[in-house]
Amino acid sequence: MPSREKVIFEYSHPGRGASDQWPRDPGAAALSDLPASLRRRRAPELPEVGELEAVRHFTRLSQLNFSIDTHFYPLGSCTMKYNPKACNQYAMLPEFLSRHPLAPESQGQGFLSCLYELQEMLKVVTGMEGVALSPMAGAHGEFAGVAMIRAYHRARGDLARNEIIVPEAAHGTNPATATMCGCVVREIPVDAQGDVELDALQAVVGPHTAGIMLTNPSTLGVFERHIVEVARIVHEGGGLLYYDGANLNAILGKVRPGDMGFDVMHMNLHKTFSTPHGGGGPGAGAVGVGARLLPYLPIPLVGREGERYRWLTEADLPHSIGRLSAFMGNAGVLLRAYIYMRLLGRAGMRAVGEYATLNANYLLKRLQQAGFDAAYPKRRASHEFIITLKRQARELDVTAMDFAKRLLDYGFHAPTTYFPLLVPECLLIEPTETESKDVLDAFVTALSQIQKEAEQEPGRVTSAPHTMPVRRLDDVRAARQLDLTWKPTAQP
Amino acid sequence: MAFIPHTEADVAAMLEAIGVKRIEDLFDEIPPQLRVRALAGVPEELNEMEIGRHMSERARADGIALSFLGAGAYEHHIPAAVWAITTRGEFYSAYTPYQAEASQGTLQLIYEFQTMIARLTGMSIANASLYDGASAMAEAALMAVRANRKSSSARILVPAAVHPHYRRVALAAASNQGLKFDELPYRAQDGGVDFSALARYDAEDITALIIQQPNFFGRLEEVDALTDWAHAHAALVIAVVNPTSLALLKPPGEWGARGADIAVGEGQPLGVPLSGGGPYLGFMSTRTEHVRQMPGRIVGRTLDTAGQQGFTLTLQAREQHIRRAKATSNICTNQGLLVTAATIYLSLMGPQGLERTAAAAHARCRELVAALTRLPGVRLAFAGPYFHEAVLQLDRAVAPVLKALSARGITGGLDLTPYYPELGHALLVCATETKSSADIDRYRSALGEALAGARAA
Repeated sequence: MPSREKVIFEYSHPGRGASDQWPRDPGAAALSDLPASLRRRRAPELPEVGELEAVRHFTRLSQLNFSIDTHFYPLGSCTMKYNPKACNQYAMLPEFLSRHPLAPESQGQGFLSCLYELQEMLKVVTGMEGVALSPMAGAHGEFAGVAMIRAYHRARGDLARNEIIVPEAAHGTNPATATMCGCVVREIPVDAQGDVELDALQAVVGPHTAGIMLTNPSTLGVFERHIVEVARIVHEGGGLLYYDGANLNAILGKVRPGDMGFDVMHMNLHKTFSTPHGGGGPGAGAVGVGARLLPYLPIPLVGREGERYRWLTEADLPHSIGRLSAFMGNAGVLLRAYIYMRLLGRAGMRAVGEYATLNANYLLKRLQQAGFDAAYPKRRASHEFIITLKRQARELDVTAMDFAKRLLDYGFHAPTTYFPLLVPECLLIEPTETESKDVLDAFVTALSQIQKEAEQEPGRVTSAPHTMPVRRLDDVRAARQLDLTWKPTAQP
Repeated sequence: MAFIPHTEADVAAMLEAIGVKRIEDLFDEIPPQLRVRALAGVPEELNEMEIGRHMSERARADGIALSFLGAGAYEHHIPAAVWAITTRGEFYSAYTPYQAEASQGTLQLIYEFQTMIARLTGMSIANASLYDGASAMAEAALMAVRANRKSSSARILVPAAVHPHYRRVALAAASNQGLKFDELPYRAQDGGVDFSALARYDAEDITALIIQQPNFFGRLEEVDALTDWAHAHAALVIAVVNPTSLALLKPPGEWGARGADIAVGEGQPLGVPLSGGGPYLGFMSTRTEHVRQMPGRIVGRTLDTAGQQGFTLTLQAREQHIRRAKATSNICTNQGLLVTAATIYLSLMGPQGLERTAAAAHARCRELVAALTRLPGVRLAFAGPYFHEAVLQLDRAVAPVLKALSARGITGGLDLTPYYPELGHALLVCATETKSSADIDRYRSALGEALAGARAA
């Protein structure tokens, strides 16, 4: 990888600029109506650089990143599968890009028809009765889902239901979302095989239960085998079931959340339906609901009347939980998901779950054969699995973090580390279906090599990475001596 | 199979290694009654050529109208370099920079973005972005409740002339946590906040006052006086601003005697295409003292073990993956790709280019207003200065006029009747630097014909 790159402001020279990009100067008279008291006194200190300097700077920055296009990226729970180029190219046709969000429906029938068909396809693959596309990330979809659960209970006059149950291994967004919706979180344990403890569940379900949030397969990389029982207990207790779609890739085309008994869910379109992760967003967290929650879906939806498509808003859904974005969520991302689904089609949709699961189980088996410890050795892997390095940490004083950092030197992005919190020294590994056997084999070789290093030359591993633009960073310093904006004289 | 590289030999070898006969066997822990049978309703697959044709047909059906719509999403020239670089795979297909050593590109870029947003808004720090302008305003309201320790009411004053969709998003996002939003009326003659309405809050506990500049009508608010009023009443000030306008207008950090406390806004004008409503990016900046109450990702500069500078996510102890139920927000992503576009855009524009853009947009809007108000039956609804959009009053219902314009390939603006019925036949129009005098002429004559046609009928 290239070494470090200066901060853009360090290239700046007063008076320089990419002036071909600028509009013509309308002259000072154009601003004569703006009162001085409302005007800016000093120009903002933005960089003053030429186009080539900017292009080189940002191109170099891009080269300091690992990405799916350049590296295997087995980040558990994130589904870092290949993002097909066609999805980007056809979502960026000029007509789609220049479409104003408030433009008349008559000028957007093509665009609206894509979104409508996306809603319909997502209903089919999840077993839900209605889908809203506007939530802009998984956590945003979770918010919509729990807000709908609350609205449902309120509408029935069931005002005491303000508790959301989450298993202790849940994503942090689940309890954080419950709080944002004004709920109280009740955590329940999972057993030694990774399934929810039904007795514990039975004990917390009661007249205060609003619902339960579950990921299935769970964050432990195994399928929740008691799901039918879980659904029965929660439903009999008057609660609803929320499906966190983070792991939908595992079961796409094989099992549908609606058939498992879930009442509401979000889908991470940036995971299962391969829209780009973009360095941390934009995501898209469409929500699906069963019949009971249909009236509460967030607006806008896309409806069809005969051959015409139109927005459905407050007038159509008076009980909606409301609007979650200024306009239509991450619309351009939705087009990418639509294109991906059309490219895959019915057969491809089934193949996703199958090959994601095949790759995970193969990689798990190979790593076990190489001497690594599975966290749940008696279970099938779903689309991801956990290995625990607590033996290496105890015997060699080499941690999961050290293995993760050393993997970077071998040209692999690290798996998710230290999540779920339940499993000590864990690596959560998700290969996805788009990786070949060759890549998986090379990954096994790399981890085996690192294991050898850990035994023979542990310092090499504990001081990794050695080939990145920077060495390990001082996170404590970053938090204590906050340096969040660049200043000309300051040194970090 | 598309995007699945396995050969039959690969599959056979992998199944053998696992010790099962068929892929199907890997799903043997799933109760059989739950298994999906068919996915009727999902069409057969298309290949790349076919999807290309399909999408092109859909796009062609929509066409490209000559648009004078603004209302929170603005058409600006986007330099070619912005998306050429933004869509590089190293930015496009990377994830959240959890492994800092392998993500220095994204991290440094976010640090540069934070710096640019802080400077543009005149505040000391900024975060790595939020979902969009509306959700940023909602998060700012929640943040103000945490940050204003002198207030316990969770009561936020919101002018009626703040973007109506933003107000609805705030309600949906924050009402479950007990926030109350009180609406402040606007003055009928000039569309600005009605100061006389503030008097009734003189003795009340107010957590924050939201000020949008320019407001939804395009009108410039008296931000200094409003800010000082809020601070005199121990309320925080949340500024909702258009980033382009900040090249010309006083930044929130300089409003009133002490400056606004939190600044947010929609980053779309900074190099992000309209794209049917998203993906866009919300930005947020604040004073250093509030940093721990700020939601969303934050990047900091630090040192590595060799003493060299590097960038990393910081203050993660506020966030959901650490704090879980006690986090400042459930947010776990920013709008990384759009931050990339905005940062490149601001670098290419620089202070001078951004000022030219703002000035040219404003000049075009004045030209538009002057042209349209020369038509009989069209007048400016509000007195006083505006920035790059304005409300016109027509002498008849707006919807049929817009329909007639649409038939001529012109999107004439936003009919305000559903949002502000008390304004009568009000139309919000916008022009940016992308409109030429010929475009404005075309609009004027089409509008003239539409009005004359309606008169004749």
